[in-house]
Amino acid sequence: MSILVNKDTKLVVQGITGRDGKFHAGKMKEYGTNIVAGVSPGKEGETLDGIPVFNSVAHAVKATGANTSIIFVPAAFAADAILEASEAGIALVIAISEGVPIQDMIRITPILKLNGTLLIGPNCPGLITPGEALVGILPAMIFKEGNIGFISRSGTLTYEVVNLLTQNDFGQTTCVGIGGDPVAGLYFIDLLERFENDPDTKAVVLIGEIGGDAEEQAAQFIAEKMTKPVVAFIAGQTAPPGKRMGHAGAIISSGSGTAVEKIAAFNKAGVPVAKEPSEIPTLLRAKLNGQI
Amino acid sequence: MKIHEYQARQIFRDYGIPVPDGVLCYTVYEVEKAAREMNRMVVVKAQVLAGGRGKAGGVKLARTVEDAVAAGKQILGMDIKGLTVEKVLVTDAVDIAKEFYVGLINDRNSKSITLMVSAEGGVEIEEVAKETPEKIIKFSIDPLTGLLDYQARNVALELFGDIKLAQKAASIFIKLYKLYIETDATLAEINPLVLTPENEILAIDGKMNFDDNALFRQPKILAMREPDEEEIQEIAAHEKGLAYIKLDGNIGCMVNGAGLAMATMDMIKLYGGSPANFLDIGGSSNPQKVIDAMNILLADKNVKAVMINIFGGITRCDDVAKGLIKALEIIMTDIPIVVRLSGTNAEEGLALLKETGLPTVSSMSEAAQMAIELSKR
Repeated sequence: MSILVNKDTKLVVQGITGRDGKFHAGKMKEYGTNIVAGVSPGKEGETLDGIPVFNSVAHAVKATGANTSIIFVPAAFAADAILEASEAGIALVIAISEGVPIQDMIRITPILKLNGTLLIGPNCPGLITPGEALVGILPAMIFKEGNIGFISRSGTLTYEVVNLLTQNDFGQTTCVGIGGDPVAGLYFIDLLERFENDPDTKAVVLIGEIGGDAEEQAAQFIAEKMTKPVVAFIAGQTAPPGKRMGHAGAIISSGSGTAVEKIAAFNKAGVPVAKEPSEIPTLLRAKLNGQI
Repeated sequence: MKIHEYQARQIFRDYGIPVPDGVLCYTVYEVEKAAREMNRMVVVKAQVLAGGRGKAGGVKLARTVEDAVAAGKQILGMDIKGLTVEKVLVTDAVDIAKEFYVGLINDRNSKSITLMVSAEGGVEIEEVAKETPEKIIKFSIDPLTGLLDYQARNVALELFGDIKLAQKAASIFIKLYKLYIETDATLAEINPLVLTPENEILAIDGKMNFDDNALFRQPKILAMREPDEEEIQEIAAHEKGLAYIKLDGNIGCMVNGAGLAMATMDMIKLYGGSPANFLDIGGSSNPQKVIDAMNILLADKNVKAVMINIFGGITRCDDVAKGLIKALEIIMTDIPIVVRLSGTNAEEGLALLKETGLPTVSSMSEAAQMAIELSKR
């Protein structure tokens, strides 16, 4: 078992003829992800790497039964692409595009809700269910099948930690990069809930960072609703206030959204917070063995 | 992106929000001229991109032209939170019966734009939010309908009680929402919104921030950008595909990825050092990017050692190592550099680097400790 993507995922790649779309479509296919279609207006009828290309998501869905979409289009057109997927009946959209205007995301959010579309991202590395499906730009070779659920706001920090987990024999059910933007799709609580309900997930690793209060909300959710152990790490303890730390959402504004507040919230909820990434496997082992 | 009060007031005025007259002045002579022409009580206000200007003495009431000149002399050139005041706004002093707060923000949790109003105007809203949150009225705006007349009116009615005043205020809320949407703002604040003894409602002070991601479609807003020295560096880095933020420490960091870059800074602090910067070079092995990044890093004279921290994912470590070697051949610096490579093809990458004699390690904590050690020599 896993969450969100698996062997039944039928993926359509929006922006498949662009540089990134093409490159990562190849990587995902190589991993064994079931890519059924690509979309690139004006290129219907072509094939790329054996993948049929369509003019619209609606055409792709009709012809192939695609149920999941990954978006590589430039930021200015990303919101439009997400809506196109949603209106075409795609159930899960993963938006990789970085630099999407915040108000574009605000504008499309209620429509996604009406259509019942789930969104991950934008500005995210995507997700992977090891051994089943890679839907994103994550480096597949560091992941391993197992029973740890993984959620992170970051990209390379995710790889850093997953690599440590894999080296310590903690394989993963599903790893989700939710992205670094302030207004994004599925977030910590949505995913914690899914991992709690996934029978194969035994524990969850959560990587947060400064900005917003999603970690505090996650801590409260864990305290109230979760039976499975969670271990956390928060990046940005040394970040100055008022500065956007690479990610649009990673900013301490008006003194709130600091790492100190987030760590305190997790500690209060009984979630151990690692001082550095390499401490995560140790804490996880201790938590699973009931030592802490 | 932030703008000055005088720029925010101009946007407000363009959208029909009543704002008292004001003149932007760069010299005491201009202040004198403006005060004389206004021929009434004025306020002289420092124009810097920092909050708490009033507390710092950067806002002064002047009853006479002489007062205005004295205020201009005091404020021009003064330092507010590390920023030098280069210009002041000379504006009509308005009689105030009552002050209010009106703001629009992007709310992460409701994923909508939220209208916030309070009868506690003229003070910092963050303080009100902390001390007496019940005094702030919040209204989440449905993105599909926008802020509707009756909604604005009902919120205003809670604030003003009187329906005539509420209608006046509601029209300001609607205009503020319109300009917020049309400029891709992330914050639009009128603080205070003032009620005069004659029952006029005016925006006395304004603050606006904008979404950096949307500047590509906001040429008018982008033209208002007046970056300070630090921001000039940050913007220059951004144009080279790097995200750079200067800090006060002495260990320069170069990292691929924002989260890992933050974690690297934290790690340096954890082991007793102090990071000189945040620097995310993104996911490529292009030597030019490394050269650009090193040039930015080493321009900071506080830097005593550099820690390069790369986790190779799709970008392979051996490619990164080749890029680093090329870059370092060009840069030629005496500052000690520690390279940490991990992930895809890390062993090959580390082997390549070893030949150059650079200190190389495979774990982040080792790299941090080594960089701290080297910075002390």
